[in-house]
Amino acid sequence: MIDWPLEVYRTLKKAQVRQVGYVPDAGHKRLIELCLADRALEAVVLSTEEEGIGLAAGAWLGGARSALLMQSSGVGNCINVLGMVRECRFPLLMLVTMRGEHGEFNPWQVPMGQATPAVLTAMDVAVHVARTPEEVTPMVDAAARLAFGSYQAAAVLISQRVIGIKSFQEQSAR
Amino acid sequence: MKATLRRREVVKALLRERGRLLVVAGLGSTAWDCTAAGDSALTFPMWGAMGTAAMVGLGLALAQPKRRVLVITGDGEMLMGLGSLATVGARRPANLSVVVIDNERYGETGMQETHTSRGVDLAATALACGFREAMGVGAREELAGLRKAIHAGRGPLFAQVKVSAEKLAPVLPPREGSVLKARFRRALLGPKSDLD
Repeated sequence: MIDWPLEVYRTLKKAQVRQVGYVPDAGHKRLIELCLADRALEAVVLSTEEEGIGLAAGAWLGGARSALLMQSSGVGNCINVLGMVRECRFPLLMLVTMRGEHGEFNPWQVPMGQATPAVLTAMDVAVHVARTPEEVTPMVDAAARLAFGSYQAAAVLISQRVIGIKSFQEQSAR
Repeated sequence: MKATLRRREVVKALLRERGRLLVVAGLGSTAWDCTAAGDSALTFPMWGAMGTAAMVGLGLALAQPKRRVLVITGDGEMLMGLGSLATVGARRPANLSVVVIDNERYGETGMQETHTSRGVDLAATALACGFREAMGVGAREELAGLRKAIHAGRGPLFAQVKVSAEKLAPVLPPREGSVLKARFRRALLGPKSDLD
């Protein structure tokens, strides 16, 4: 199986991303570890996802590209502040690991997971969906080009099929 | 104790001879205060995204470690993003200051009381979150020291400045977000920023 977190990390580096805001998530665990180990990257742990929208805006004002890592439940926390991204035309690259989508075991995750693409679309964020490990890196590359080349908000939704969490026991064992 | 400082005078004193200082102004009255002190391309006044001013300051401070960054915001705006104090405290950027102009009111919505009117201590919160220094300010004589710390102290610095609850005529900066963003980047990064 391909090491998509490593490939995504390399794609972010190639896109000259210098700041990575994140809220910890099991699906992003390895990518976060790779970012934390890179002293040339500012990896900033957030207490809630909307902080990351502010962080990305400030980074761009200061001339730095950034990426924002979160789980789909965090997308809902970003809705209002995504208005700033659209109004100011800040580039924004969001990598979202999905829950409540493909074989979810926790019913409380389902409403936000199912609504995630619609919520992002409603706030003018271009949605890319990666359904297989092979699709993740090309989609992150395309989303980064869209964000920084065309000053857009772009999200890559990484399907639960890719992450492969099937039960609570499996999740906590990671 | 009744606050006697006046917000416009406080912000004007803090932004006097601002030099290379980069400023993020939280939405509402603090954005008007910063504009009243003199509109500047190196001020990013926010018209929305309530609760994220300190985080915009953090992203900017990390992107520009050689510049001083000052976030000036209101107590209501800060309360909406209280977690960002923890996020700043966890990262501890030495070049970031957050100053809350605290009138204990939501000024734009009818002067309703905020949590700070009931004793919530934002400076103590910031200190507990890991800010290197956090102070409460209530007297005019303290402003020069605060201004000096913003320019030369080791951050992250937090100040909660108690001001009287007065409703003032707004002094408006430009409204369009993309204009505010572009003018800030040009002033900071030069015309080449348009080509990034």
